[in-house]
Amino acid sequence: MSAKQPFEAVIAAHGPVVLRVCRALLGPADADDAWSETFLAALRAYPELPGDANVEAWLVTIAHRKAIDATRAAARRAVPVADVPEHPSAGGPGQRDLDLHSSLATLSRKQREAIAYHYLAGLPYAEVAAIIGGSAEAARRSASDGIARLRRIHPGPGRNGGPS
Amino acid sequence: MTSHNHQPLHGLPGTVPVTDTELRALHDRLAERADAAGLLDVAYRTIDTPVGTLLLAATPDGLVRVAYASEDHDAVLAALAARISPRILAAPRRLDATARELDEYFAGTRHTFDLPLDLRLTAGFRRAVLRQLPGIGYGRTASYAAIAAAAGSPRAVRAVGTACATNPLPIVVPCHRVIRSDGSPGRYLGGPAAKHLLLNLEAA
Repeated sequence: MSAKQPFEAVIAAHGPVVLRVCRALLGPADADDAWSETFLAALRAYPELPGDANVEAWLVTIAHRKAIDATRAAARRAVPVADVPEHPSAGGPGQRDLDLHSSLATLSRKQREAIAYHYLAGLPYAEVAAIIGGSAEAARRSASDGIARLRRIHPGPGRNGGPS
Repeated sequence: MTSHNHQPLHGLPGTVPVTDTELRALHDRLAERADAAGLLDVAYRTIDTPVGTLLLAATPDGLVRVAYASEDHDAVLAALAARISPRILAAPRRLDATARELDEYFAGTRHTFDLPLDLRLTAGFRRAVLRQLPGIGYGRTASYAAIAAAAGSPRAVRAVGTACATNPLPIVVPCHRVIRSDGSPGRYLGGPAAKHLLLNLEAA
C-alpha cells in the first residue's frame, strides 16, 4: 500500500502547473479563483483518492471542471451594457503586443484545453481525451490546429516592439 | 530576423513564469478557506528555538505534535498523514498561540503552557504517563520510578521511559523533567544536549 503524502506536498508538486493550466483557460482573476476552487475540491476528496492514482491528471480533471464553471458564471455575469467599449483597431502595429491571453481566447475551447492539458500539464493525448471527451487522435488534432492558429496570430510572439 | 521554428509553446500565456510570490498568496488563501470549510485536519508550521527548529502541528482539537529536527520533519508529517489525515497544510495561524508560548518559555518568562492539547497519538499506559508529567512543576524533576508509581504501575519503570521517548508533545508535555533515580538526566528524544539545555533553562 502506498501511503498518501501530506496535501501540502501535492500543492508544492502540482500547484504551478495547475495555475498555468487555469491561466491558459481563463483570464487572470478567474484563473486564481479556479486554482483555489480546484485545490479546495481536491483537498476535500483527497483522503478517498486511490493511492496509485495519477495525481496530476486528477488535478487537471478537477481544474477542467472548475474552468467550465467559471466560464458559465462569467457568461451569466455578462449582462448587456449600454456603453460598449470601442474595439481597438485590428491589425495595427500595437496588435503585435496584444495580450497573449486574448489570442488564446480566439481558439476553440477544445483547442485551448488540448493545448493546456498536453503541453502545459504534460498529459498524454489519451489522458487529455479522457478529460475533454472524444478520441486521443481528435485531442491531438485539436492541439495541433490550435498551435498552428497561434503561430499565425503571433509569428513572433514574446517581442515587445519599441515605438515605431 | 524572425525565426520560424518556434517551440509550439513559445508565447502561450501559460508559459509566463508562475512566481513563488503568486503561489504563496494562493496557498495562504487556500489554507484559510480550507480551515473555514473544516477541511484542514492538520495545520503545521516550524519555529526556530534554542533547541533547534521545531515542527508544530495541530488538529482542530489542539496541539497534536511537537517534533525535533532530529525526528526528520518530513517523516513526521508523513506519519501524521498516515495516522490522522493527509489533509495537511502549512498554515501558521492555528499555531500562533503555541509559537508565542514557546517563545515565552525559551525567554524564561513562561513556566506553564496554557494550550489545548490533542493526545490522540498516544494511548493506554503511555497516555497515562504523559498525563502525570505536567504535574512535575517548572524547574523540578521526577524519577522514572516516581512517575511509574504515580501512573499506577510502580514496576513499569521501563514503560515510563518508553512513554517519554515516544511523547508526541515534547517540551509542552515536559518529559524532559523525568530523570534517573541517581539524578543523572537519562535519555531524551531530542538528544541529551536538548535535555540539558531545558533543565538548565528551568533551573536558572
